[in-house]
Amino acid sequence: MLVDGPLPVAGGTAERMLDVRALRKVYAGKDRRVEALRDLTFSVGRGELVCIVGPSGCGKTTLLRCLAGLLAPTSGDVRVEGRPVSGPPPGMAVVLQEYGRSLLPWMSVARNVELPLRHKRGIDRKRRAQLVAGSLDAVGLADVGNAYPWQLSGGMQQRVAIARALAYEPQLLLMDEPFAAVDAQTRADLEDLIRSIWHRTGVTVLFVTHDIDEAVYLGGRVIVLSSSPTVVQDDVVIDLPDERDQIETRSLGRFVELRRHIYAEIRAAKIGRRQGAGD
Amino acid sequence: MKRLLSWVVSLCWFLALPAVLVATWWFTSEGSENIYFPPLRKIVDVFPDTWFADGTDSRLVADVVPSLGRLSAGYAVAAVLGIGVGVLIGRVAWLRALVEPVIEMFRAIPPPVVVPVLVALAGIDNTMKVLVIVFGCVWPIMLNTVEGVRALDPVAEETCRSYGITGVNRLRVLVLPSASPQIMTGLRQALSIAVILMVISEMIVSTDGLGFTVVQFQRTFALPEMWTGIIMLGLVGVVLSLLFRLVESRVLRWYEGVRRTHHSAA
Amino acid sequence: MRTNLLLGTAGVLGTAAAFEVGPRVLPLPGGALPPLSEILSALGDEVRDGAFWQALLDTLQQWALGLVLAVVAGIVVGAVIGSVRWLRRLTASTIEFLRPIPSVALVPLAVLLFGTQLRSAVLLAFYAAFWQVLVQTVRGAADVDPVAEDTARCYGLGPLARARHVLWPTSLPYVVTGVRLAASVALILAVTAELVIGSPGLGREISAAQSGGATALAYGLILVTGLLGLLVNVGVRAVERRQLAWHVSVRGEVAA
Repeated sequence: MLVDGPLPVAGGTAERMLDVRALRKVYAGKDRRVEALRDLTFSVGRGELVCIVGPSGCGKTTLLRCLAGLLAPTSGDVRVEGRPVSGPPPGMAVVLQEYGRSLLPWMSVARNVELPLRHKRGIDRKRRAQLVAGSLDAVGLADVGNAYPWQLSGGMQQRVAIARALAYEPQLLLMDEPFAAVDAQTRADLEDLIRSIWHRTGVTVLFVTHDIDEAVYLGGRVIVLSSSPTVVQDDVVIDLPDERDQIETRSLGRFVELRRHIYAEIRAAKIGRRQGAGD
Repeated sequence: MKRLLSWVVSLCWFLALPAVLVATWWFTSEGSENIYFPPLRKIVDVFPDTWFADGTDSRLVADVVPSLGRLSAGYAVAAVLGIGVGVLIGRVAWLRALVEPVIEMFRAIPPPVVVPVLVALAGIDNTMKVLVIVFGCVWPIMLNTVEGVRALDPVAEETCRSYGITGVNRLRVLVLPSASPQIMTGLRQALSIAVILMVISEMIVSTDGLGFTVVQFQRTFALPEMWTGIIMLGLVGVVLSLLFRLVESRVLRWYEGVRRTHHSAA
Repeated sequence: MRTNLLLGTAGVLGTAAAFEVGPRVLPLPGGALPPLSEILSALGDEVRDGAFWQALLDTLQQWALGLVLAVVAGIVVGAVIGSVRWLRRLTASTIEFLRPIPSVALVPLAVLLFGTQLRSAVLLAFYAAFWQVLVQTVRGAADVDPVAEDTARCYGLGPLARARHVLWPTSLPYVVTGVRLAASVALILAVTAELVIGSPGLGREISAAQSGGATALAYGLILVTGLLGLLVNVGVRAVERRQLAWHVSVRGEVAA
């Protein structure tokens, strides 16, 4: 199903968690100016799981960093829960692709997971311990709390990063190609993990990926970005059943249709760029 | 049983060459008539008396302790200054560009040569000696701290920023631990410099201290005693180095683990 | 990049200004820290005097001699120890024990043996520099890839040929690092020996200047030693870069 512009959220409430209007980001280098993002406008409702895909080089990571308040946009508006974003907003957690470098090697796994909580107001030691134990359990790493990140495999490290985000009890969870560097089997497990966490906690999730299958499998909505200069090319509602399974859901006819559609969009986006280059 | 055996074997490897060298020294110097190289036996003979006689009046207390005291004071001040300023310079790019050439210039000055002029500035007592040590030690600590702080992983930094960890917290939790391997390198370099400067300043102008004592022995031709002094200096150097390694291995235990993992993966 | 250069120059100029104005303004013991202009003019006078150049030459001579001896000895001993595993194990404790002994411990001995001759300074410089080269060379030799070594042996290369084709390229970066560290340490010790023992050289001139009340000159000579230190460092780094460039490209070829 093709839709233009922001949708009323599939859930009934029109409460907007994330509001992006006319987002533009230009990198000014020594001789070149690169327009990473031209004009992005979309919104994400509370409790949605939205995936963002696009051709490589379309600025997905730039977008995510602008949303996370880590990068200042050149122009445009980003609002989280109605408040404009000028730095990383509270109540937001980010999971990045480079899990190895986002975990601090001088701290144990448990300390790493606990770290953001220590700097969050109003959480005492007992509550912190509960949250840490709970989130490590939720990602299936209940007994590695005392290990160090570099002692774990890649997939386990990424799960620790997810646990850290979870323990933080965020309202908004941003994930930037978190499973790109993980092997396929682990990736499948982690995808299911994200959906189960999302179901349980009702956190709003924004998931950036280059993997179209992953986007369709995971998302309730998929935002397709054009190639550079980037705008929102399409906003697709994923009307697959809520309960998803790696084997069953991926063999559904509807899955294949949606996938084909988004693939075609991205291919068109890439060709569009090549045609545009001749201008 | 196997562990005990392997420990004994390690000990044998550890002691073999030193034992041979000491034995060689002992036996070749045994009948020595050369006043510059007295028999090792004689040196060992006079060692206890030279350093430990007279209880609290012993040279150990009257000379070695003040020396070590000055060393610790100078080293500590240099460490605080070097790390503090180093972190600041490392984080602020324009400050680094401004200051780095000047620091490199100061660092290139062989520290002992400033002793004569420091005497004019600060007299001949403890202040001067501590200042010399500070001047010599602060540069390697500072420069290594700057390097360590610069190498902060941007991914780790962004992660901490996204969770709202900023300011002093970020310093304590992220910047300093991340730079600690490099900072330890600077501290290690500074330690050997500190020992050298402690001795030098006492050899040039002093009324007490390890360096002063050894030079006194040399001037009065008390040669076996002088050799005990040389051995004492060596011991101080070795013991301090061992202590440092102990501290370093605890502080950088995580770093050893990371390196081992990368090594095996490579 | 250009801003960096600008800022750096600004820093240097600012420091110079501070050292010009500061001594005039601060309440320091009389004459203890002369303003920079006085220092530079005293230095200028000295440079025109032949004695300065002789002292500089003496320092350089002692430094170079101590360094060369240390490098040769360090490389030879280090290569032998580093390439034989049981030798490494045997000597490890001895090296770790002797290395932290401050070379200044030898000062009294040097005084007795050589007095104020050149050899005192050379002894100290040699002792300190030797350990730097040795430790690095041992590490470099120990780093040799056993596969490469075995392959060379299979092709019938004798020990000398293996040393040339396998040992040397592997340990070269380490050796160069060792030489760099040794060069600066040797300079420090040479000047120190001149200062403490009185061997001829810049160190002795500084001490003499200060006791003779020519404080400005003393500072000027200190500046010269600093400059010397900088030049040594920059010089060795330049050689290092050239050597390593060659090394990296050779390595690149082998890997491809």
